[in-house]
Amino acid sequence: MSSPSDLTTGRRLLRWWLTFLSHHRPALVGFVLSSLILLVAVFGPLVLEHAPDTVFGRFEPQGAEHLLGTDSQGYDVWARIVHGGRVTLWIALSSMLLSLTLGTIAGAAAGYLGGWVDLLVMRGVDFAMSFPSFLLAMVAIAILGARLENLVLAVGLVGAPIFARQVRAEVLRVKTQEYVTAARALGFGRVRILFRHVLPNCFAPIVVLGTLTMGSAILDVAGLNFLGLGGDPYTTPEWGLILKQGWEKRPLGNLQVTAAGLAIFLTVLGFNLLGDGLKDELDPRTRRR
Amino acid sequence: MLAYLARRLALSGVLLLGVVLAVFLLHHALPMDPAAALLGKNYSAEKAHELREGLGLNDPLPVQFLRYLGALSRGDLGRSHVSNVLVTEELKKALPATIELGLTALLLAILLGVGLGILTSLRPRTWWDVGGLTVALVGVSLPIFWLGFLAVALFGDNGALETRGQALLASSGGGWFPYSAGALGGLLLVSPLMYVGKRFWAFLGRPAGRVLLGLGGCALGLGFVHFLFGFSGLPLGGRFNASVWELNTFVAETPGTTGFLLYDTLVVGRDADAFFHVCSHLLLPALVLSSVPTAIIARITRASMGEVLVQDYIRTAKAKGLTGRAVVLKHALRNAAIPIVTTIGTQLGYLIGGAVLTETIFQWPGMGRYVVDAILASDIKPLQASVLIVAVSFVVLNLVVDLSYAWLDPRVGDARE
Repeated sequence: MSSPSDLTTGRRLLRWWLTFLSHHRPALVGFVLSSLILLVAVFGPLVLEHAPDTVFGRFEPQGAEHLLGTDSQGYDVWARIVHGGRVTLWIALSSMLLSLTLGTIAGAAAGYLGGWVDLLVMRGVDFAMSFPSFLLAMVAIAILGARLENLVLAVGLVGAPIFARQVRAEVLRVKTQEYVTAARALGFGRVRILFRHVLPNCFAPIVVLGTLTMGSAILDVAGLNFLGLGGDPYTTPEWGLILKQGWEKRPLGNLQVTAAGLAIFLTVLGFNLLGDGLKDELDPRTRRR
Repeated sequence: MLAYLARRLALSGVLLLGVVLAVFLLHHALPMDPAAALLGKNYSAEKAHELREGLGLNDPLPVQFLRYLGALSRGDLGRSHVSNVLVTEELKKALPATIELGLTALLLAILLGVGLGILTSLRPRTWWDVGGLTVALVGVSLPIFWLGFLAVALFGDNGALETRGQALLASSGGGWFPYSAGALGGLLLVSPLMYVGKRFWAFLGRPAGRVLLGLGGCALGLGFVHFLFGFSGLPLGGRFNASVWELNTFVAETPGTTGFLLYDTLVVGRDADAFFHVCSHLLLPALVLSSVPTAIIARITRASMGEVLVQDYIRTAKAKGLTGRAVVLKHALRNAAIPIVTTIGTQLGYLIGGAVLTETIFQWPGMGRYVVDAILASDIKPLQASVLIVAVSFVVLNLVVDLSYAWLDPRVGDARE
């Protein structure tokens, strides 16, 4: 069991990945589940029979023509769910990457520079985490305005403190390692040491947290959309919005709600399984169990 | 110890001040113009300017902040633009509703989560363990608003939808509740057999045998319920059914009522029927809301108990002849408690966030719904007030959790110096 941090070439990383998946069955299930859904979201719209904005009769039953029937606007539900995967996953991925980038910059600065930067960043993190995160995202939406693009910003900003805290702890750990001292002794600059020696060795926990955050970001994005703090439920295909629209048209929209919810659930389950597996594999604290 | 307490209190004080400042600044960050909202159709730039002057919105920020603090100290949270009712009056109704829901959910989560965690930690690497872990994983992966929908579809009185003129599909009347409850009851009924019967019937030792027995139990329960079929399902939403109980007028007119309906019906009203009526409305939302905390508490309990149960003092306790229950509850659980209590503390934030979604699904007239409605209606004062209240209670609750460490583990105060 070697960690990927000491592997540099793509082939060795691939071999490590395959060994990891082959002996960690939950992670394999999670990987298959999330990549299947990703594939459907990316390529599904290319092979779909109906466009998500073609109008048919309202509430047509499910059958050969419409796999999951049509909704209150006469749109094909299955087409909307496949397209919705693109929207939901894209928003969740962007917001996760935003959290990751902001959190890594702040956490690395805090841990590496120390002093007043550390104090400032960590008090900021403490303060942000003294609000319930979902409420904070809602307030961010209230400030920015309820639009689909603003969800990226709201969910991304709210997720950043967790990354900052994790990266800082990791940088503090790595900073004391011999190879960093050696690099310093060789006269390398601080920036070079940070980017070439410290950050690459903080990679593992960031990947774990990123995977797990993907799951919670999907739930947050869908949840905010469900509350009406996102896009327009009657035009945008997004899982939370499809669910909201079906919910408002109960019981005729029951099938639509079930399908959209199942899509969210399976995707989040996939990312959580994969993230937990990676954590088992990469986190030295849980590995001994 | 005292120094730890003092430091923790001071930190919370600073946080609270920061929260108040942030909430004050929220007023200026929001893209809502209070003057425009107040004037409505009569809007003109001149009038708006006059009104802003009158409201003191053109004064320097520090002056406005001091005025805001002054208003807070008088308990004045402003007035809603939309309903033109004092925010404190609206909060008097919304706050008890959310606290009642949240506390019930937290209680359920602690009972179910700690129970599940102990159960799985005592039988590591068995079907119990796998089952418990699966439940925990599914719990954190389920979108809570979808779980609410499923709960309503399975246990709710969906026949009631018919009266709303929406029913084409729910025409069968009644919900799935009798059947799902029957199946669950039957399963629970036969589950002791899986233990006791193992000695007599070898096939019960194998997973396939257990599944078969479980299915048999479900079938038994289904048949029984079908035979009885008296109950059509749980209510779909709200805190009570106004056509059955005039609880609103009861709460408004009876002295001593608090807005916590469980307390009001049981202690003040002494009305068992009303109490059960309120319970039946509370059950589904509380269960749905407790799903995520239950899952996370169960995971942490399992991990923490797993670490403690292999310690030498547990072996000693067993060796000196203590009963299993005493060992687990007194020796193991107390030593495993700190991570569990920490988790319960962090779950409070989750409960607040989840309450927003749960309250929407179940039309629960609480804080969560209040915040969303305020955002959607661009109503500044209610939004400010509810964010303030939620954040302040969150800080205070976290303080309580931190202080409880000192009680659970006397070393904490010293270790953190």
